[in-house]
Amino acid sequence: MATVVKQKSDVVLDYLRPGKKFPSVWCPGCGNGTVMSAIIRAVDKLGYSKDEVVMVSGIGCSSRMPIYLDFSALHTTHGRALAFATGVKFAQPHMKVIVVTGDGDALAIGGNHFIHACRRNIDITAVLINNNIYGMTGGQGSPTTPDAAFSTTTPYGNAEKHFDVCDLAKAAGATYVGRSTVYHAPQLEKQIATALEHRGFALVEAIANCHTYFGRLNRQGDAVAMLNMFKERSVTTAKAKEMTEEELKDKWVIGTLYESTEKSEFCEEYQKLVDRVAKGGR
Amino acid sequence: MSDANSTDQARRKPPQTKYDYSAGPPPVTINMSWCKACNICIALCPTQVFEPDRDGKPVLARQEYCTQCTLCWIHCPDLAITSNYK
Ligand SMILES: Cc1ncc(C[n+]2csc(CCOP(=O)(O)OP(=O)(O)O)c2C)c(N)n1
Ligand code: SF4
Ligand code: SF4
Ligand code: SF4
Repeated sequence: MATVVKQKSDVVLDYLRPGKKFPSVWCPGCGNGTVMSAIIRAVDKLGYSKDEVVMVSGIGCSSRMPIYLDFSALHTTHGRALAFATGVKFAQPHMKVIVVTGDGDALAIGGNHFIHACRRNIDITAVLINNNIYGMTGGQGSPTTPDAAFSTTTPYGNAEKHFDVCDLAKAAGATYVGRSTVYHAPQLEKQIATALEHRGFALVEAIANCHTYFGRLNRQGDAVAMLNMFKERSVTTAKAKEMTEEELKDKWVIGTLYESTEKSEFCEEYQKLVDRVAKGGR
Repeated sequence: MSDANSTDQARRKPPQTKYDYSAGPPPVTINMSWCKACNICIALCPTQVFEPDRDGKPVLARQEYCTQCTLCWIHCPDLAITSNYK
């Protein structure tokens, strides 16, 4: 007895850009595709229309996502997605702005835009796909490449310390910070949906597999092996509370890490200023 | 390259499924031209519904074991799997 209700599993197909050639350019098993599917399902669940959503990205494997999706899209220069998105949100405050960015894109070349978007608390949802490496350009180390990990620019192990993306966003002023992994795809979808509904700057860190570079150089195996590693190395926020710092080393705490509604949102605050000045105030 | 152990386990414990697939469409449809043979669905399916074909793409080897758990199509990075029941 096949059910004739709107089919949940093929809802993703409704959001693909017509005329675009599929499958995507991503490597077989790349986490970017799983994150894309989670974003679509989150948007669908919230019932946003396609015209209401703008997806903005920079450059990188992950940043190719807006090309495939039938939202309004802006594929910008490397690291500048959040700067362009700030402009879009400012001009069209009613639109839902989603930024898809990689760890290199957001934190290396785009590091400054990232902290300032957090600081302003502008109503943008950033999905940062963290695969710990520059995928597109051949596996160079990024600001999230873990200590001692291998990449093509750290062939003897990384001597640098890495950023904790979520801590950075929170410290810089983001008002929603969540993390999930591609193994925890249903939770990731929920995180993205909550972030989209949040008013203010929301960051979702999606831990994803780049088995082609990070996995291969660090002997973490193929896509399936990396997914299993994400499963083993993730702990929920509730469980993390009972664990010591030592036990939490090398673990990812997943779930909503920070949420606040106290800080005012940038576009609203700016509108207030405009209204005040228009009335002759100063 | 099927995992002999997991296959045995699937045979020992046929799961309780809500649907009788012999009467309707198969539990899931795989878009073979989008599938890139990444093995994720084959490895994640809790009831070992899939076996890889010689290209590594999934074929429905034990469709009667599908519980519609959603894992395969939620995880497929190439949106190549759709369920005919959900
Ligand atoms: C101004 C500029 N500098 C450098 C590059 C080269 N470049 C392209 S993508 C990329 C890194 C992408 O890494 P990441 O953001 O982590 O995305 P991923 O490919 O891993 O998804 C770099 C350095 C560029 N395109 N433009
Ligand atoms: S190089 Fe890495 S990030 Fe880029 S498509 Fe391949 S697996 Fe994905
Ligand atoms: S998860 Fe998708 S792309 Fe990977 S083998 Fe299965 S159907 Fe093919
Ligand atoms: S829905 Fe679940 S049980 Fe059915 S084939 Fe997919 S993973 Fe296996």
